[in-house]
Amino acid sequence: MPNLFLYLGNKSVTLFYFLGGLARLTAETFFWVFQPPFKREHIMVQAKKIGADSLPIVSMIALFIGIILALQTAVQMQRLGSEMYIASIVALSVVRELGPVLTALIVAGRSGASITAEIGTMTVTEQIDALETLATNPLQYLVVPRLLAATLMLPILTLYSDAIGILGGYLICVFRLGIASSMYLNITYDSLLFKDLFTGLIKAVFFGMIIAFVGCYEGFNVEGGAEGVGKATTRSVVNTFILIITADCFFTALFYFILP
Amino acid sequence: MIEIKEVSRSFNEHKVLDNLSLTINTGETKVIIGRSGCGKSVLLKHIVGILKPEKGEVFIDGQEITRLTSMQMKPLLMKIGMVFQGGALFDSLTVAENVGFGLIEHFNLPTKEVLMRVEESLCMVELCGIGNLMPSELSGGMKKRVALARALCIKPEIILYDEPTTGVDPITADSINELIGSLHDKLKVTSIVVTHDMKSAYRVADRIAMLYNGKIIAEGTAQEIEHSEHPIVHQFVNGLASGPITETLGYFK
Repeated sequence: MPNLFLYLGNKSVTLFYFLGGLARLTAETFFWVFQPPFKREHIMVQAKKIGADSLPIVSMIALFIGIILALQTAVQMQRLGSEMYIASIVALSVVRELGPVLTALIVAGRSGASITAEIGTMTVTEQIDALETLATNPLQYLVVPRLLAATLMLPILTLYSDAIGILGGYLICVFRLGIASSMYLNITYDSLLFKDLFTGLIKAVFFGMIIAFVGCYEGFNVEGGAEGVGKATTRSVVNTFILIITADCFFTALFYFILP
Repeated sequence: MIEIKEVSRSFNEHKVLDNLSLTINTGETKVIIGRSGCGKSVLLKHIVGILKPEKGEVFIDGQEITRLTSMQMKPLLMKIGMVFQGGALFDSLTVAENVGFGLIEHFNLPTKEVLMRVEESLCMVELCGIGNLMPSELSGGMKKRVALARALCIKPEIILYDEPTTGVDPITADSINELIGSLHDKLKVTSIVVTHDMKSAYRVADRIAMLYNGKIIAEGTAQEIEHSEHPIVHQFVNGLASGPITETLGYFK
């Protein structure tokens, strides 16, 4: 029993240490966001890595999710003879929830891990120290471009993923269930409100921040050599996933109460 | 002049620097010797402000740096070049971008002048014309020399070398020693060289200081250190397996 308390105590200390470190990194980075020089080209490079390079996998997952949603709901809806509602179920689920969350999880697994591995390797090979001796703040040089790129690209990727998800549902309903194309599009359009899209995009902005901050934080805190980088990368993906789902739960509850 | 006054620093309750004081005069080449892991690199990192001491002060040209913010450190860092043990070149940049990093980031110079200064620095380390290569295409010795070129490119007044000759072949090591010597003679650069390569230490040093158990236990000219009767210094500079350093280790084992 004492071992259990010891274990829980240790875990709590680690959790608070992580949250404290992350909060400090966030505060310091926001200070550096507004300090010149502003390196547009650095942001563009990161935007390509985080955004454009994620397009193929986001397309594939979003399309499959749209298809799966349509197929799963089709079984129930056919029984009730209300197949036309599949369109609104797909549209609402994708735009409000699955689009932002799945896109964020994909980018976290892909780009978040890559940010940690890159910064982690720079840490263990003293490249971060070298940056400091060259009078360059690592937060301004490394974190700011990644933060801005992720915060900008996540909503764009989410919009794209929403569209592809709806396309997945469209393919099943129109070509498999025989619903008219115009009818599917009309129901989709009618069932979506501006707040559905807006809340999804607000979530995406915060998910982008979480991916960049956790990725960078774990990278800066790597200890040891290659093994340390590997462990930090795993930790980064796991912690980003947990924080994304937690933030999603928080925002869903918040929007439920303030935008009923 | 660099003055380190009663600096202490611990990592995980292990005292790495213990009330350490050391002065490096302008234009002097001071070599700091000591066993691997004794805190030599930690001491260098305190001089450039990467690490902050728990106690004590560090003065560079009369200015206390331990309480400066990174913005306030900027002008001071423009006067300091540092050569890291493994080179610490940025893998995502070419050799030329690495060498010209300080100029590109902080000086609004025309590209032509940056390229000229980069090539000049590369030629000083006998690596003319390799600006387009990536760090991954270089050997260990070349990486060290490119790192030195990067430090030289901003025309620093102070250069800190972290094990500049470790892991390179004897010929490259000798050419690095020669370069450190010529920078001292021609440009009157203040240098701090951290090493455990005694051949290199004797070759480049104006004065040598030995770091042991977090303190400077001996300081003197190369000749004084070479012939020191201090048992710890004697064991270290002569590379003896038995002596007070290893006896202490044996006691702890």
